[in-house]
Amino acid sequence: MSRSKRFAVLAERDINKETFVEPWPEAGLVVVDSPYDPHPSLRIVNGRVVELDGKPRDQFDAIDLFIADHGLDMSVAEQAMAMPSLELARMVVDIHVPREHIQRLAGGCTPAKLVEIVRHLNVLEMMMGLAKMRQRCAPANQAHVTNRRHHPALLAADAAEAALRGFAEIETTVGIARYAPFNALAILIGSQTGAGGVLTQCSVEESLGLQLALKGLTTYAETLSVYGTERAFVDGDDTPWSKAFLAAAYASRGIKIRFTSGTGSEALMGHAEGCSMLYLEARCLLVTRGAGSQGVQNGSISCIALPESLPGGVRAVLAENLLAAMLGLEVASGNDALASHSAIRKTAKLMLQLIPGTDFITSGYSAVPRRDNLFGGGNFDAEDFDDWTILQRDMQLDAGLRPVREEETLAVRRRAAQAVQAVFAELGFPPVTDEEVEAATIAHSSDDMPARDVAADLAAADRFLNSSITMLDIARALQQRGFSDIAANVLEMGRQRVAADYLQPAAIFDAQSDRPTETRRKGATYFRVRSAINDPNTYRGPGSGYRVEGRRWAEIQHVPQAQSPRDFIAGHIGQPLSVLREIGSARAGAHPEVVVAVGPAFGSALTRTINGLAHEEVLAAILTGIAKEGLYGRVVKVYHSSDLAAIGHAGARLSGSGIAVGLQSRGTAMIQKRGLAPLNNLELFPQSPSLTLHSYEQIGQNAARYAKGLAVTPVPVQVDNWARLRLIVKTALMHRRETEQVCDRPPVELWFDWEPDV
Amino acid sequence: MKKTTIDQYPLGERAIEHIRAASRKALTEITLEALKDGALKTSDLQVSAETLRAQADIARQAGYIQLADNLLRAAELTAVPNDELLRLYEALRPGRSTQDELIALAKRLEETYGAFETGRLVREAAVVYLQRGLLRAQRTNGR
Repeated sequence: MSRSKRFAVLAERDINKETFVEPWPEAGLVVVDSPYDPHPSLRIVNGRVVELDGKPRDQFDAIDLFIADHGLDMSVAEQAMAMPSLELARMVVDIHVPREHIQRLAGGCTPAKLVEIVRHLNVLEMMMGLAKMRQRCAPANQAHVTNRRHHPALLAADAAEAALRGFAEIETTVGIARYAPFNALAILIGSQTGAGGVLTQCSVEESLGLQLALKGLTTYAETLSVYGTERAFVDGDDTPWSKAFLAAAYASRGIKIRFTSGTGSEALMGHAEGCSMLYLEARCLLVTRGAGSQGVQNGSISCIALPESLPGGVRAVLAENLLAAMLGLEVASGNDALASHSAIRKTAKLMLQLIPGTDFITSGYSAVPRRDNLFGGGNFDAEDFDDWTILQRDMQLDAGLRPVREEETLAVRRRAAQAVQAVFAELGFPPVTDEEVEAATIAHSSDDMPARDVAADLAAADRFLNSSITMLDIARALQQRGFSDIAANVLEMGRQRVAADYLQPAAIFDAQSDRPTETRRKGATYFRVRSAINDPNTYRGPGSGYRVEGRRWAEIQHVPQAQSPRDFIAGHIGQPLSVLREIGSARAGAHPEVVVAVGPAFGSALTRTINGLAHEEVLAAILTGIAKEGLYGRVVKVYHSSDLAAIGHAGARLSGSGIAVGLQSRGTAMIQKRGLAPLNNLELFPQSPSLTLHSYEQIGQNAARYAKGLAVTPVPVQVDNWARLRLIVKTALMHRRETEQVCDRPPVELWFDWEPDV
Repeated sequence: MKKTTIDQYPLGERAIEHIRAASRKALTEITLEALKDGALKTSDLQVSAETLRAQADIARQAGYIQLADNLLRAAELTAVPNDELLRLYEALRPGRSTQDELIALAKRLEETYGAFETGRLVREAAVVYLQRGLLRAQRTNGR
């Protein structure tokens, strides 16, 4: 077989670094519709489930039992199960059916029924459904803040920046478990420096995680993984009952909890039992709900590449997000683990959650460079921040981030690093030097940080964990060292724990939380909680629900990259050329000559071309080219149009030889011949940014050769396809300025005070 | 006890004068000034059982039944010390306990802490674990 050069290029593309396989249900490698998936059924006798999805109670495994006894709302189960799945699917998309109604019915559906409902939806319909079923009114986002060196000052600075950038939750983790207390401490201080009210967690083994929470260092936990088969669950060293107990244990200490599940985990653990990923995920979600978790992070999470290797995988991942929302769960919708080598594929997948908006668009956006992300990379990282804020601006949507200025970012980073330095000093931990504070302030990654004494840090972290030091001591240390505002925020996190409002579904604190003020009642809370209770999603079609408008839209629009278009072309406007004078109406020539017809702003309202060439030099180059062929060039200015075709056409009519060079002020040029239709021409140079003085000289020379009736090789032009993209605003504004000079005047003769050097 | 209603949410804003920490200190007294005066202790920043019950009332009224049940179990567990909490969790993990041990744990939860909802969860686990081979004895004996 001969080899196609195109196929060879395609083989090297990022998309072809991925693995694609055909479905194999026996191995659990199927996203929906496994032949082994059960059909929906439910039988209730005396208020007790005796049959679930085709299985009688005496054959139930632990998960079936938990779902039957905790996961289903018995008051609505028979009604919901009797409704055709297609009708329920249509209700999900129907803007006239409120979220609460669907949520109530979904609560009575078995796992197989839930899958049967979403099977009827394509991705667009699922996105509609997700926009309606999301629990909280406004979407938000969560950040990962970690670094390979576990540098406390850097962790604090990065957490402060992440908070400033608008992340409502910040999660850290460790490469070495003993660092966990310092990591949790650093992101607590950092986050409360950047924006009061950011919830934090440290992802570690459960008992250590609980210990950190008890110290008040963390406020949420999403490490509670559940699985869709009994064997996978047991391999994960838990049961639905132990997880339910853990959920209550965390809540008893005022910790917000979120379970974790996602398509593909059972297949990866070798325990899919032939079932489809989505069916198993539906089981996970009913366990999650049954255990009383307020929410879930799903969307395949760290297994994402597995459903993506299969047909329909990305759709199934969206379907699981939707199912969770239908069940009344807060959804942190994945997009966290590396999902693709291909930027196109990765971004396209993101749109399924970004456009509808979820409670947390990612369940961990790497707010540090990928190489510092200890969660395994991060699908989007600190280097993508500007891409995200521009996407928000492009689509007028809210993906939970705000554009920030370098100056304000440096300020919160420095202050967070100083606060950690102060707390370490106050509590007798290994010192953080001024040099480290400064490095953390300006750092991009942990490569920019000075080394620390690792053994001393670890020993101190051990002491800290085993000591009686809690968030109260941290707040006191901050207060004593002059960081009262951060102390107030840390204390407020503790006060909010006492109020426990953030244990309700989809709770975050308002990014615009008030600072404590004099007018505030003494002892009042000042972080404002936003949850599905007091700020529920009210989407009911156009004109309803969350809209990006007002202050938030102003903030999203106001990216630091945006410039005022008013002074955008200032560099192209100079003193009108003194060497170029109007000397009266242009007359038709009789001699062999080339007319150079320029646009109405040339040398006056504009003085430089789009790539900065001085009009004087451009004109000189063209005339030099003409002179090289022994002809005379006559310059006329066209006033009646700014259009290049009209300018060239007018020039050709005036030219004694019938040949003219048309030249717009931005530099776009053509060679025109009398008698040709206005939109036809001899040569056209639309790529003005690529034209050099040498090209203008060649244009002049070619024009003269046409005038002499010689054979002509067209002037070679460089094509830069990105030029239009880069310069389109400038092009529009320069053309607008030229058009402003258009008036009802015949062409005028210009005297150019210059002699060719030939 | 009087039911908390959904319009009192957020409690931290609308019912702040009724909220007390686990230590019984009023939330309005947990201030920066108190911190400065050294008048705060760790239990002043811990949630109380009554607040968790109030949040359970709110969740139930909003239709989040299972979350409400969890918050009720949480309210019960506020009485359980940290290390015992971790031990209880460990005992509920697969293959850690015999049925008798689980029943004894449930009894302790009920009798020592008045944790009847959590006790019921543990009793239920004791039955399911036997049925599904998730108890300790069955593992060592081989199935």
